[in-house]
Amino acid sequence: MGLVLAGLWIGQNVSLLPVDASANAPVYDDLFRVLFSIGTILFLGIVGLLVYSLVRFRRRAGELGDGLAIEGNLPLEIVWTAIPAIVVLFVGIYSYDIYERMGGMVPLHDHSSMHAAAEMASVADVVINTSEERIWGGIANAGIAEGAPQSPPLAVDVTAIQFAFLFHYPEGDFISGELHVPVGRPVQLRMKANDVIHAFWVPQFRLKQDVIPGQPTLLSFTATRPGSYPIVCAELCGPYHGGMRSTVVVHEDDAFEAWLASNRPAPVTVSAATATPFA
Amino acid sequence: MTIARPADFEAGSLQPEGWLRYFSFSLDHKVIGLQYLVCGFVFYLIGGALAGVIRTELSSPISDFVSRDVYNQILTLHGTVMIFLWIVPVVNGAFGNYLIPFYVGARDMAFPRLNAVAFWLIPPAGILLISSYFISGGAAQSGWTAYPPLSLTTPALGQVLWIVSVLLLGGSSIFGGINFIATILKLRRPGLKMMHLPMYCWAMLGTSLLVVLSTPVLAGTLILLSFDIVAHTGFFNPSMGGNVVVYQHLFWFYSHPAVYIMVLPAFGLVSEILPVHARKPLFGYTTMVYSIMGIVVLGLIVWAHHMFTSGTPPWMRLFFTIATSFIAVPTGIKFFNWLATLWGGRIALNSAMLFACAFIVNFVFGGITGIALAQVPFDIHVHDTYFVVAHFHYIVYGGTVFVIFSALYHWYPKFTGRLLNEDLGRLHFLLTFIGFNLCFAPQHWLGLNGMPRRVAEYDPSFTTWNQVSSVGALLMALSTVPLLINVILTAYRGQPAGDNPWRALTPEWLTSSPPPVENWVGEAPLVTHPYAYGTPEGQLDLTAASGSELWRASQR
Repeated sequence: MGLVLAGLWIGQNVSLLPVDASANAPVYDDLFRVLFSIGTILFLGIVGLLVYSLVRFRRRAGELGDGLAIEGNLPLEIVWTAIPAIVVLFVGIYSYDIYERMGGMVPLHDHSSMHAAAEMASVADVVINTSEERIWGGIANAGIAEGAPQSPPLAVDVTAIQFAFLFHYPEGDFISGELHVPVGRPVQLRMKANDVIHAFWVPQFRLKQDVIPGQPTLLSFTATRPGSYPIVCAELCGPYHGGMRSTVVVHEDDAFEAWLASNRPAPVTVSAATATPFA
Repeated sequence: MTIARPADFEAGSLQPEGWLRYFSFSLDHKVIGLQYLVCGFVFYLIGGALAGVIRTELSSPISDFVSRDVYNQILTLHGTVMIFLWIVPVVNGAFGNYLIPFYVGARDMAFPRLNAVAFWLIPPAGILLISSYFISGGAAQSGWTAYPPLSLTTPALGQVLWIVSVLLLGGSSIFGGINFIATILKLRRPGLKMMHLPMYCWAMLGTSLLVVLSTPVLAGTLILLSFDIVAHTGFFNPSMGGNVVVYQHLFWFYSHPAVYIMVLPAFGLVSEILPVHARKPLFGYTTMVYSIMGIVVLGLIVWAHHMFTSGTPPWMRLFFTIATSFIAVPTGIKFFNWLATLWGGRIALNSAMLFACAFIVNFVFGGITGIALAQVPFDIHVHDTYFVVAHFHYIVYGGTVFVIFSALYHWYPKFTGRLLNEDLGRLHFLLTFIGFNLCFAPQHWLGLNGMPRRVAEYDPSFTTWNQVSSVGALLMALSTVPLLINVILTAYRGQPAGDNPWRALTPEWLTSSPPPVENWVGEAPLVTHPYAYGTPEGQLDLTAASGSELWRASQR
């Protein structure tokens, strides 16, 4: 009992994660706390039992005899089969629920559901390319934004190459090496890779998506906390994989418009230099 | 016409004698087992040196120790060597070959020549793999997963040599698996039923089924990949209409079961070691058998949890999350049974026991992070980060390698007739346990906070914990020194062990140490209760009871 309380207390008070900066990060952090609590209880319980057994039942000098000849105990076996089964079932259903709230269960992967998704686009803030191009996996911004009236999502085309991310803003028709997004407005990244597999990861957003050649992918999120956060490539993509980093800057609304305007007049500006590691 | 008489064969052996037999095409399962063990250990040292290069590079946030493409070659070689040349051959080949014929009451494996072929595929494959580092272009540098299109764009020769080497090792593993299945099912001594077998036999049966079912898939996949590289076909090349995610499915269809190929035999070995040193029967034999088979079945249907960020459809993510989580149930049964085995025992806290118990601690930790990783939303954040690196090192190093060390202390007297030194053994244990946890525990934090895996450079805010991790790695490197001294010195002047120093009941101890060529002089013993240790409840062994126990008994 004390063990359970200790586990819950540690789970609730642990801070191992970076700051949360997107709408789905707090949801994720809830899941992390639940998993951490359960894990702490199990680990402390099992290690406690093990250490206690090793001390209590250690062979003392001069003892040559055997322990008790207990071959097994069926009720006990049933108990420790049932408890983990219930726990993992609970964790599985709970994380499924979390995943749904993060928008991961919105089907984007085939034509029929694509059209269905396009029809409810205004509700779910999912905008699918009108082209017949097949969209793979990814995360839509479904659950979280539901209900609240939202501004239309900001679309950004992301191209991952060895060894940089290029962000093309259709609104201003320019390419940036950094991702700039407004706070509180859904952003939809339309991602593609031309050479090898990359992965787009923002630890503070708790989001990661592989960018796979031949499979255009959609990733949606809503930033909630202004600031600069790292964008990291998380899939081995070649020698400079470790240097394939960039920054996502989350602006207040007017600051974002200002940034957009300052870039708009010069459509050829390629400020990718900050993202390339060759320097 | 000459008639062969038995005396003709006794005069001169066809097999080399003495130390030379360890370098020969010997057909003796014990010789082959030790060949696997020593060969694997040599590759462990090589793989460890490669890990040392990685940790040295990562002790500073910039890429300053080796060049970036060499770093990628090193991490590819490290993964491949440790998996295919150290853990799989040792935990299956070495202990499997040495122990399984004893456990089933046979004089050798079912196919001794196939057995020798399986071993002798390993040294050339290993040499080929290591030597690819020295050719122009260097070794493969696309990670041990060799995901296309990266593996199609990196220098071709190194990648093709990597494929050939892994194919040879996979072939070796399949030969071994077939041999174990045939031996366990068909070579059992008359009167010995399946449910009489020691647990390691069940573990090896399950493992071998996984090997035979899944390794051919890897072989086929790698052959297709080599066509893509050499003949410019387009199976996995998106610019030619191929699909890279198909490769990932095929690769993980082998490589997830590969985790169980590395871990199930370790479970089996622990089930042999704990009862002997705790002087108690193995708790819940029947449920242990069923849980092994449960892990085998579930292990085949969880592979896509390595691909949660690869754009897999939602229903697939849900299915693989649930299937992966449920592996915790049979695995949990095994751990609770081991704890129950220790409960109420007379536990000898020797090196074998310490390593086996540290295995329980490490594996439970790695298992808990594994359940977390099975949850899609959690995995999306930490996939391909140092969190995953930490997780699988807790499973394969903290799990399997600790068990290999434990098994070495337990069976070394059987191999040589001498007991390993306990003081050096405990020093080895302490250095390994502290070094291991110092090395890999901080990596969980690194992964959660934004350090991806397989990078030569990282954000400077991660420097401190990376340096702690590197210190841990240094301790692990140092821990092999007492082990090597112990193993080498003991072989010459160690304390003689007698035939059965642990008073064990399993059949390998019911012969001389080291055993004769055909295992037993005379008939093989029939052991129907391999774990019949312990005194029945309520009965006191007067010859062995301490004074306080006698007093307590008299009070009842």
